[in-house]
Amino acid sequence: MSDASIGASQAFAERPKLQRKLVTPEGIDLRLQLADASERASAFCLDVFFIVLALFAATLLLALVGVSTSTSEAATVLWLISFFLLRVFYFTFFEVGPRAATPGKRMLGIRVAPRNGGRLTAEAIFARNAMRELEVFVPLTFIASNAADSIDGWIIFAGFVWGGIFAFFPLFNRDRLRPGDIIAGTWVVKAPKKELQADIAHSGEKELSAYVFTKQELDAYGVHELHLLEDVLRQREAEVMALVAERIRNKIKRSVSDDEEDPRFLDAYYTALRQRLETRLLYGIRRRDKTDLR
Amino acid sequence: MTGEETETIRLRSRKFRVEREADWQKLETLLDRALSRSAKALDSSELLELPRAYRSTLSALSVARETSLDKDLIGYLESLCTRAYFFIYGTRSTFQERVAQFFTRDWPRAVRSIWRETAMSAFITVISMFAAFMLTQSDPDWFYSFMPADLAGDRTPAASTESLRSGLYDSGDDTGLSVFAASLFTHNARIAIFAFALGFAFCVPTVLLLAYNGCVLGAFIALYAERGLGFELGGWLLIHGVTELFAIILAGAAGLKIGWTVISPGEATRLTAAAEAGKSASMVLAGVVVMLAIAGLLEGFGRQLITQDFIRYLIAAASAFVWGVYFYGRNFQVSVR
Repeated sequence: MSDASIGASQAFAERPKLQRKLVTPEGIDLRLQLADASERASAFCLDVFFIVLALFAATLLLALVGVSTSTSEAATVLWLISFFLLRVFYFTFFEVGPRAATPGKRMLGIRVAPRNGGRLTAEAIFARNAMRELEVFVPLTFIASNAADSIDGWIIFAGFVWGGIFAFFPLFNRDRLRPGDIIAGTWVVKAPKKELQADIAHSGEKELSAYVFTKQELDAYGVHELHLLEDVLRQREAEVMALVAERIRNKIKRSVSDDEEDPRFLDAYYTALRQRLETRLLYGIRRRDKTDLR
Repeated sequence: MTGEETETIRLRSRKFRVEREADWQKLETLLDRALSRSAKALDSSELLELPRAYRSTLSALSVARETSLDKDLIGYLESLCTRAYFFIYGTRSTFQERVAQFFTRDWPRAVRSIWRETAMSAFITVISMFAAFMLTQSDPDWFYSFMPADLAGDRTPAASTESLRSGLYDSGDDTGLSVFAASLFTHNARIAIFAFALGFAFCVPTVLLLAYNGCVLGAFIALYAERGLGFELGGWLLIHGVTELFAIILAGAAGLKIGWTVISPGEATRLTAAAEAGKSASMVLAGVVVMLAIAGLLEGFGRQLITQDFIRYLIAAASAFVWGVYFYGRNFQVSVR
């Protein structure tokens, strides 16, 4: 990979530390982003919430049916089985589907993927979720049952230590793997659905007729600043834009004309700067930021 | 003032985007439809269009990374390509196909592949069963060491032979049978999953769990054998026990497989080897859950409703035969070869 393409990815990657190479059969690196620990934890909490909600609904429903038709035995069986199935197969059921994500993961824009880049198999999904029983539910029931009996503080403590080791397991390895991921050969990656937003250069090009920037003015900044400016222009908050416009004018020593509007100036400057940097890109020069004097 | 760059009205990267954008939108629409339901939501021409649009988008990503500084655009293309990649190179088989494949091929194959661990797991169970049997016979007090009080109930050395005998044939309260079966199943399935998952800690907990299970069984048998109820207990235990014990032995074997691979991964790296072992072991475990469901039915209904020793033994023998043929019958020579 050339220096240039690494720079391009950094624009997208908040944390290159969690970026992994995945070369498609077409020979292009997708630069997978691993999901970070907070996303994993939030997704899991959401899923637990859904499970509890489903159980609550099922219990309510069965209680109604059981009372009304006196088939309470069948209701109890159904409840026992569905509780078991929900606990054990909720994750497996959703992750086997084409999205490879539970509702919680889907909401966070993450999914399960095989570490070797091949196909995600049902075995792998089953394995990673069977381990969950050990990682989460065993210490939980352990603590709950002991707390209920109020037996021994040490046993509850041991339960906490056990649960803690597994809960923080992903933080102690590079790939954020939990034991289930190790067994299954999977990891959890970001796969968010993004909308393509309007190109700022589209409005900027119209302004370019009113603005002419010198080469010196355009050489004041690099790619990093261009991307920051892009963020500012997408949010379009008047105060921020005023501040940014002032800093840029100071930096490039350009005086303000009386009827100049900040957004229009910034749009024009963004477009001109991007054009300048992209042209240099064609010559193989990627100017990282303003301190990169190429 | 050098105006040569500012003279061109359009940025090349913008032109590039305008020309290709329709293709990306098409891919996005197709992908959304395919993911929202299944691949069947697309007709055949669309199914052919999807990989084409994917490849063209992927090549656009490659070009954009080298020529465009539009951060949003590159982010969009990366996420779109990643989603499309996972769909196109992901699994295609439907849920039904997978289930069918599991029963006809994957499960027996996985069970055969861990036959060494299965033998080991069975050995541990039998040895500890034998040890507990001998100890309990020499001194009935051992019974209390092996048997948790809530599992034993009133079936202790203190109970009379008559009450022990009637316990074996007591059909119980008929109305509660299905609840009983369901709770047995969920309880046993959790134990089995536990035995599997514990293998991760270098086999040790799995071995302990198997040994403990064997000890309980041994102590129990010793108690009944001493009162001359060995044959009767055999029927009571084996009617579901053949299936249940086999299931637990297999779950233990799956755990041992993983634990042993973590200890001694062979030529592959530890991570790769563990992932490989995990695949076959988890297939076994998925099957174990099915076996335990059957065992739960046999225990909950069969044992309580069938009280004749002969029929109990017949069912036990039949289930042993069925499992044996299913797992090791047809293709055994092929796999051992």
